[in-house]
Amino acid sequence: MTQHATPQSRPQSTPQRTSQRFTLTATATDLTVRDILAQARHWLQAQGVADELCGSVELALAEALNNIVEHAYAADARGAIRLVAILSPARLICVLSDHGRALPGLELPGGDRPAHTVARDDLPEGGFGWFLIRDLTDRIDYRRHAGWNHLTLDFGLIAP
Amino acid sequence: MDLQSTQYSHMTIITVGEARIDAAAAIRFKDAMRAATATGAGHVVLDLSNVTFVDSSGLGAIVAAMKQMGGARRLDLAGLTPDVAKVFRLTRMESVFTIHDDILDLRSRATG
Repeated sequence: MTQHATPQSRPQSTPQRTSQRFTLTATATDLTVRDILAQARHWLQAQGVADELCGSVELALAEALNNIVEHAYAADARGAIRLVAILSPARLICVLSDHGRALPGLELPGGDRPAHTVARDDLPEGGFGWFLIRDLTDRIDYRRHAGWNHLTLDFGLIAP
Repeated sequence: MDLQSTQYSHMTIITVGEARIDAAAAIRFKDAMRAATATGAGHVVLDLSNVTFVDSSGLGAIVAAMKQMGGARRLDLAGLTPDVAKVFRLTRMESVFTIHDDILDLRSRATG
């Protein structure tokens, strides 16, 4: 399970893999989100992280990345997304950074689960994103610094 | 969006041919579902056995696909892979849809 890769200096557009740390930078579009998720999942699997947890991480990252693509950047002003993932025996910490708009009020949105016991025509077609992010992580943290947003998603690796 | 419809006498099974119903695919999926469910049996089963990933945009598009069918028409789901089942479970949307575990069994019963 433990791999001893030698850290290498590579261009920012390609992932840098070591046994414990994964860094990737891409331009924020809904198609690059797929690429980021595929590469992150590939890295997690290569580190021996269980499929079930890989699925949770992919979903939480997808929701956070979609938020950046849809809300942080304007459609005609695509910017960078940077993902840094740090894997230790007990935790996986992912930090997503972008230089788009700040979250409203510089605060994390609430994460209530949209109502499901309503009439069919009233069923929610959205609003699940922050609920899923909060539900799938142990801890989330948001900071705005020097024009960048930094969202930290913290996953415990030891089953409760 | 690659959707394949099979009409049975009392049921239409629509199989999604792509691996992801995500933010990049949600609108295409919803539009393709509108076209695929415009005619045919009132009871539609969406076969998701080729789909490995659905995010909240995809989930919303599946809910929208059911709502746009209107009236008393049913949209059931089948063939949920593990990560897809998780999204439905966490959001409680699994309680909104009838979910069939075995799409092959459903097809043979629809044929018979």
